[in-house]
Amino acid sequence: MADKNEILAGLAEIVAEETGLDTAEVQLDKSFTDDLDIDSLSMMTIVTLAEEKFDVRIPDEKVKDLTTVGDAVDFIEAAQS
Amino acid sequence: MTTVVVTGLGTTNPLGGDVASTWDAALAGRSGVRTLDNDWAETYGMAVNFAGQLVVPTSEVLSRPEAKRMDPSAQMAIVATREAWADAGSPEVDHERLGAVVSSGIGGVWTLLSAWDTMKEKGAARVLPLTVPMLMPNSPTAYVSLELTARAGAHSPVSACASGAEAIGMGFEMIQSGRADVVVAGGTEAAIHPLPISAFAAMAALSKRNDDPAGASRPYDTSRDGFVLGEGAGVVVLESEEHAKARGAKIYARLLGVGMTADGHHIAAPEPNGAGQTRAMQLSLERAGLTTRDVAHVNAHATSTPVGDMIEARGIRGLLGEHADEVLLSATKSMTGHLLGGAGALESVFTIKALQERTAPPTINVTDPDPELQVDLVRDTPRALPADGDLAAINNSFGFGGHNVALTFATA
Repeated sequence: MADKNEILAGLAEIVAEETGLDTAEVQLDKSFTDDLDIDSLSMMTIVTLAEEKFDVRIPDEKVKDLTTVGDAVDFIEAAQS
Repeated sequence: MTTVVVTGLGTTNPLGGDVASTWDAALAGRSGVRTLDNDWAETYGMAVNFAGQLVVPTSEVLSRPEAKRMDPSAQMAIVATREAWADAGSPEVDHERLGAVVSSGIGGVWTLLSAWDTMKEKGAARVLPLTVPMLMPNSPTAYVSLELTARAGAHSPVSACASGAEAIGMGFEMIQSGRADVVVAGGTEAAIHPLPISAFAAMAALSKRNDDPAGASRPYDTSRDGFVLGEGAGVVVLESEEHAKARGAKIYARLLGVGMTADGHHIAAPEPNGAGQTRAMQLSLERAGLTTRDVAHVNAHATSTPVGDMIEARGIRGLLGEHADEVLLSATKSMTGHLLGGAGALESVFTIKALQERTAPPTINVTDPDPELQVDLVRDTPRALPADGDLAAINNSFGFGGHNVALTFATA
């Protein structure tokens, strides 16, 4: 199981790969849409890759609640246990 | 009637990553066909292990996040589009008067089959959400439309190996019918994947000259044994003459006519007497307001198949009569391989360059020409077209399903 910092680092790698952003820009308080300029299709791609990386299930209907990177990290952390 | 001119060219293909290097390689008579070195090349017992692959991979041109959103067919289209658009001087045009018509014969085959591999291996939940936008055959033209904010319409007519030429024909018609002032038109294909290779091989359509890849594409040669799969894209910027002249654009050539017919004969084989092909050439010339006497050059479809090459050649001879003795015939697939949906577009780029430079590119690998060939074939080294006066040239493209497209270009 990954801790919060490991989840953030792993998620940052996925986001960087998808968007070309630097991993350092992917911080807990950043909004996927407003700060990182991630559209809905890219978000779904990131979710699919994160599910695989952390071996969790993120239901489609939950994705809309993941506004910030922190929301996603918290969800993944909880889903792991 | 609105005259349509060509103001920009772009390509990436097995001879070069842009128009200048491609044209140089073509005039030098180089082959872009090589033995495949991909990790899958020897995995499945394929009968054919060579193809014409890009010399400049799209990963060297596009950023990684950008490329990840596109199937290779769309990536190649975008590379060619950027070159063509910049070459045209990035024209300022009302977005609602700018169109995109970029076709693929097969579509996002890499995306589709890779997604299926992932699903079989990891389950349905691992199928990525961009799969559909990447595999759809209109994806290249949609990305071109996005790239340039082209809103007059974005189309992708599909007609197998005639798709690229049909796209240029449709772009021509968009301008002539008043729907657009500028259209980015062309074709792309990225089908060098074990499945399409094996499927074409199963039709006995591909050359099996594994021991001599560079010599495998040999249109009109008596020992031709099938086509060689190639990949890449060609894109042209078409513009109304009025629009081009108003902005002082450089004009490569005029696109004066398109002829499109269907054989209605067989799903893969061409009509044996080539009537549909000949009619496409005739209609194209009529639409251009020209006669056969005006034709100085033909860039043939000529894929190096035992049957197809001579049906077309007899059609050209039949249409042009004795004037065929004065027409320089080039079969550039001898160098590039067959780009399927990209072929008609790349060969339009060759045809336009030939008119601009009054030089017909060579056909390589013809050591023993078919004795029936009664057109003046340019072999091994380029030959000069007449130095003076207006010249016209025809670019032929034919596709499985009996699709025939002939484009008539003329010197600027």
